[in-house]
Amino acid sequence: MEEIIIIRDVLEANNNVASENKAIKDERNILMVNIIGSPGAGKTSFILRAIEHLKVPCGVIEGDVTSDIDAKKMAEKKIPVVQINTGGSCHLNAGSVNRALQSLSFDNGIVFIENVGNLICPSEFELGEDFKLAMANVPEGDDKPYKYPALFTKAKAVVLNKIDMLPYFEFDKKFFYDGIRALNPDAPIFEVSARTGEGFGEFAKWLEEEYQKFRQNK
Amino acid sequence: MHELSVTQSLVDILLEEAQKRNVKKVTKVTVVIGELTGLESESIRFYFDVLSEDTVAKGAELVFKMIKAQFKCRQCGNIFERANFTFNCPVCGATGVLVDKGKEFYIESIEVE
Repeated sequence: MEEIIIIRDVLEANNNVASENKAIKDERNILMVNIIGSPGAGKTSFILRAIEHLKVPCGVIEGDVTSDIDAKKMAEKKIPVVQINTGGSCHLNAGSVNRALQSLSFDNGIVFIENVGNLICPSEFELGEDFKLAMANVPEGDDKPYKYPALFTKAKAVVLNKIDMLPYFEFDKKFFYDGIRALNPDAPIFEVSARTGEGFGEFAKWLEEEYQKFRQNK
Repeated sequence: MHELSVTQSLVDILLEEAQKRNVKKVTKVTVVIGELTGLESESIRFYFDVLSEDTVAKGAELVFKMIKAQFKCRQCGNIFERANFTFNCPVCGATGVLVDKGKEFYIESIEVE
């Protein structure tokens, strides 16, 4: 019997492809944003609304277990889009994004990756993105940072969607903000409603600044 | 649910390490898992049995070292682990901030024959 010390990151294979993706998208002047939220959080509506407000050109990589409903919504608006079907898997991995990047005919702008609706698994897999955007929403409740700390720890920014629903739900904003601040003291938090468009001016301004920073740092 | 993919990666690494050393049998694997990875050891155990079938790692004992996330109180500096639904300091009640612990996920060691 012999003990061998290994110390190897279990996700190294995925992380290697993620680094490859990062190099590819940097080469193509793409700022890549990985959007993570639960099913029904409003990720697709959020992306559509954000693109309306952004002055920077945008493309989308849609991740779903099955179906191309979301990709069709993007294509209707003439937004460059590629659909990934994970075929059962609960998250996107770097390999699927690598293939999606190859077939996405879009450069020089922002690419939103709409991850599979899920607050747990997608946060564990690096895709080569510039950063993660965590999306919570009013009807799902104010306790999400406490229940799913990994996502809120890793996100660069947090979006609270469906704020037009605040009068109808008991959503304790202070409790929600306190949870995020404990995990991620500096992340900006954007309160928006993809239905009414409220809050998107501020979000778009922030994201455009991030894009400018990305272009300058290259 | 993502335990299936991560367990596949874990088995891949094990087999690669075993092959490098011409190991005939892996008898024990020690894995370090941080609380913030959201990974569940029972699911990993379940998938491991399936995925290691017909390999040198079949029947290996899986040992998990679970690492709790830690917070530091902004007020009194106390380092603490969270209780459910609060990140507040158990000593003074002020809010804590996450310190860099709890995100680990790696294979620490293997025992082989």
